[in-house]
Amino acid sequence: MSDQEIVTLTIEGVEVSVPKGTLLIEAAKQAGVVVPHYCYHPGLPVAGVCRMCLVEVEKTPKLQIACATQVAAGMVVRVLSPQAREARTAVLEFLLINHPLDCPICDQAGECELQDYVFQEGRARTRYAAFPKRFNPVEDFGGDVLYVPNRCILCTRCVRFMDHVAGDDVLNVSERGDRAFIGIHPGKQLEHAWAGNVVDLCPVGSLISKDFLHKARAWELDRTPSVCTGCSQGCNVTLDTRTDVVVRSRPRANPAVNRYFMCDHGRAEHRWLNRGDRIEAPLVAGVDGLAAADWEHGLAQTAQLIKGAAGRIVILASPGASTEALFLARRALGGSAVTAAFRVPHAGQEVPLPGVPNLALRTERVPNATGARLLGYTEAFDAAVRAAAGAAIVLVLDESLSGVAPDALASAGAVIYAGTVLPEAARCARVVLPLANVAEEDGTFVNRDRRVQRYMQARTAPGMARPAWWVFAELEATLGRGEGLLSADAAFDGLAAAEPAFGGLTYAALGSAGAVAPAARSGARVSA
Amino acid sequence: MHKTAPYEPVFTGEVSKRLAEVLTRYPTKRAGLLPALWMVQEARGWISDEAMTEVAEVLELTPAYVKGVVTFYTMYHQHPVGKHFIQVCTTTPCNLCGAEGVVKALLKHTGCEELGATSPDGRFTVVEVECLGACGFATPVLIGDDFIENVKAETVPELLRGYR
Amino acid sequence: MGFPHQPHPKETVVLSQYFGDAEARTYQGWIKRGGYAALRTALGMQPSQVVDLVKESGLRGRGGAGFPTGLKWSFMPREKTKPHYLCCNADESEPGTFKDREIMRWTPHALIEGCAIAQYAIRAEVTYIYIRGEFTEPLEVMQRALDEAYREGVLGANAMGAGTRLDMYIHRGAGAYICGEETALMNSIEGRRGNPRIKPPFPAAAGVFGLPTTINNVETLVAVPHIINRGAAWYKGLCLSNPKSTGTKLFSVCGQVRRPGNYEVTLGFPLRDLLYDLCGGMLDGRQLKACIPGGSSVPILDREETESCLMDYEGCAEKGTMLGSGGVIVFDDTADMVYQIMRLARFYAHESCAQCTQCREGTAWMTKILQRILAGDGQPKDLDLLLDLSEQMTGKTICVLSDSCAAPVVSGIKKFRREFEAYISRARRPAGAAV
Repeated sequence: MSDQEIVTLTIEGVEVSVPKGTLLIEAAKQAGVVVPHYCYHPGLPVAGVCRMCLVEVEKTPKLQIACATQVAAGMVVRVLSPQAREARTAVLEFLLINHPLDCPICDQAGECELQDYVFQEGRARTRYAAFPKRFNPVEDFGGDVLYVPNRCILCTRCVRFMDHVAGDDVLNVSERGDRAFIGIHPGKQLEHAWAGNVVDLCPVGSLISKDFLHKARAWELDRTPSVCTGCSQGCNVTLDTRTDVVVRSRPRANPAVNRYFMCDHGRAEHRWLNRGDRIEAPLVAGVDGLAAADWEHGLAQTAQLIKGAAGRIVILASPGASTEALFLARRALGGSAVTAAFRVPHAGQEVPLPGVPNLALRTERVPNATGARLLGYTEAFDAAVRAAAGAAIVLVLDESLSGVAPDALASAGAVIYAGTVLPEAARCARVVLPLANVAEEDGTFVNRDRRVQRYMQARTAPGMARPAWWVFAELEATLGRGEGLLSADAAFDGLAAAEPAFGGLTYAALGSAGAVAPAARSGARVSA
Repeated sequence: MHKTAPYEPVFTGEVSKRLAEVLTRYPTKRAGLLPALWMVQEARGWISDEAMTEVAEVLELTPAYVKGVVTFYTMYHQHPVGKHFIQVCTTTPCNLCGAEGVVKALLKHTGCEELGATSPDGRFTVVEVECLGACGFATPVLIGDDFIENVKAETVPELLRGYR
Repeated sequence: MGFPHQPHPKETVVLSQYFGDAEARTYQGWIKRGGYAALRTALGMQPSQVVDLVKESGLRGRGGAGFPTGLKWSFMPREKTKPHYLCCNADESEPGTFKDREIMRWTPHALIEGCAIAQYAIRAEVTYIYIRGEFTEPLEVMQRALDEAYREGVLGANAMGAGTRLDMYIHRGAGAYICGEETALMNSIEGRRGNPRIKPPFPAAAGVFGLPTTINNVETLVAVPHIINRGAAWYKGLCLSNPKSTGTKLFSVCGQVRRPGNYEVTLGFPLRDLLYDLCGGMLDGRQLKACIPGGSSVPILDREETESCLMDYEGCAEKGTMLGSGGVIVFDDTADMVYQIMRLARFYAHESCAQCTQCREGTAWMTKILQRILAGDGQPKDLDLLLDLSEQMTGKTICVLSDSCAAPVVSGIKKFRREFEAYISRARRPAGAAV
């Protein structure tokens, strides 16, 4: 880093110093200037076709495109000069002559870069009114993607993404001149596992998501940073919610994990976050079966069961539970004496995104198996189930128990179910504690590269459901150990203090991009 | 129900050998694309979607990529055309010398009526093209591979007699 | 020679000496006429000496840009670490230009010889001759000549027995004017859409297949053997006006003149003599109204400018236009300037590759405005709009097709404004439906 040559130049009157080879458009960010652009994207090879990023460079007769011009010592750049603005206003006018005024029916409205720049620098009226606009019908590209050719500005981000990043050259530019459009060969669909990124990359509403079609307006959405639950890659995402419903999951940039992308499997994950068949209140088994109770009663019952337990304690945990949950559940039930197990469903192939190093849809389709391993959970799940049959206490931590016989746990002393949805095999539970899901709490996951990443609460948990960290801290308080916890932050601090694998980490240190856990716990296997 | 005949590959035997020879001239297979497309058009008269898929396979490209290239270059036909494909230049230098009259005469005497349409007897398709690089010999007309110079509206009937 | 005309006494016949001479097309015929002596001489020189000789001669690119050829050759890497390439640009599609086709179909071996010498000078193993797809006769003639050249050992692994590999192949285009732009030409050779590339990198650094490449026009290359044979001083001496414009040029004269054709004159030759003397003047006793001296992409000259213009790079620049490809399009007083300018705009709209926003949308928009004016529905503000669009289409794109569309529009409105106003005010009847 220190032996890279540094170049100093002036952009809009601000002096910036950047490494040699930096593009003007990136250097401008340091000067606090966003150069308007469409075809440029830091995750794609440069095209230089939209011509929006034309800037004035002193001593150069013609305007230069900032996306393809490297910095030079002493360069003086004007982004907001009248000449540069005029050029951009012209580009916008040219783009709008065939672009339909679809804003009222277009999903992109509110998060559309064409709208944004036209408001900023475009003409108020068109001079093209006398002529008809070019028309082509909407096309289904397959997968989740619809193509609306009329709105396309031919920035070619989608073509470059599929070719250079996804390695699946399935989109093209067809025809020439103002007849050009994005084409796909008949008989081939946009089915690549990473193809959905073209929708995010499209600056306008030309490539749109079928899943999101007409679901919400961009300005109605709340956006919350989170982590994808689809696999162990741990792509950073943004959950978009509208009146407490998660309507979309989009990639959030993280240069160390997923750069700017996420896969379609991950995009689909948002659907189960809204499921309606949730446990909404603590349930306690009584004469007439499970009956709703309040937290005080539910926790009291649980504490009683634990105090009276004589024999083995088994935890069957989901590797989708937060690191805080996994840590506190085990501690509350007895620490290392507990048999704590999880299992990972291996489903489907690993599908890499070739243009980005170390990025793939992983075979391990759960977000926190590494976290579980680092905390000493074993993967001998079947053995644990067998042990559970004769155990004094079985805690099922949000595990679906699919494939486990409905009566497998029937002979256990007492089953406590803590989770989001009550599975068949846990109907014999004595206490059911409703938990918040990933969208309804703050927490962390550890991805396959031992990166600990925070996710944040995007919607309210249904009914009386609470975050697991709160539940198990309260349980400990009820058991006379400690006073409960007031935040996920504090829960994590307790975890970091007790577990060497997480030593020195705090939520503040994790920030929005996460941090790699410093040392692997001896014997803990890192994930697949 | 109309049954379509199965696609017959173009790149077999002699054609395949010719392509192999052409490919030795370039360091990449991709560079053989324009020559390969010419070979398809020579063999079949036009380039179908299946032909594009075949070319893609032979050159290790994708069908979408091949289609992008085919649609860029105007000399490649994406649908069948008349037996004699007639291209007439009407760009400014020829325009000044009566090119549009030549077009009208061709449309009339071929029976095509409309530009781009094939004549009812399937013999002719007439299209307007841009500068053919023979501006001093206005109006140039390409019929198939025959490049005819100095065509005037009056000489059109005579010209067409040679094309049955 | 203005084939099919006899050489006019005022022509300087060098490149066109054998136009119309069928025997010159064969290898034997070419040898008889002194062919391939220059190549032999060049192969006995150092490549750098050949470059210096061409630099000295003042030869400039005849395709349109007029860039000094020797200088372009010297941009190739001094140290050869990768394969080098020469591309011969025979895509001749600039409206008004038809010289390269004549060179190829009458003196194919001249082109082969010129390419071979250039190839040797820039140390390229391979030359691709990119011939536009519509040139069926030049394609055939050039291929036959190439086959002969290989058979006779002129080309191949041991060219002329001098120990150098010189391979040469024809690459056929498929209908795209933009492939005459040097970086688009390279993309087309690579089997891609003919999209121009952003520069840098420049072809000499990373050209075809990412390797050092030089691209030269046909007419430029066929001048090289003459420079080898007769020397740089001789070539420099062929100069009628500005010493920076040396040698002869084939001017393709077309449009409304008596004797259209190719005429070879020394640079600096007066345009009025070319039109009124060599070409026999205007048709049917009409008057000259306008002239485009360098292919449709350069500004139009009015009568007075035409009659005082000297045909070299500087002379045309003085008149606010460019020598360009030397395609001279002549308009007489019956020509409808508005219609012809619309037809040019339509040409550029058809040929735009679609990459740059201003070109893709602007060329089509300009065409529509001009068509509307011709249909009698134009408005006075349309002219200001056209000028405004032209400004935004100039100097803002990857290549100059966009600028080329603007040039005739701007110069046309400037010098023939009354014709536009006549349509707008309905003083002139709307033009009939175009084909």
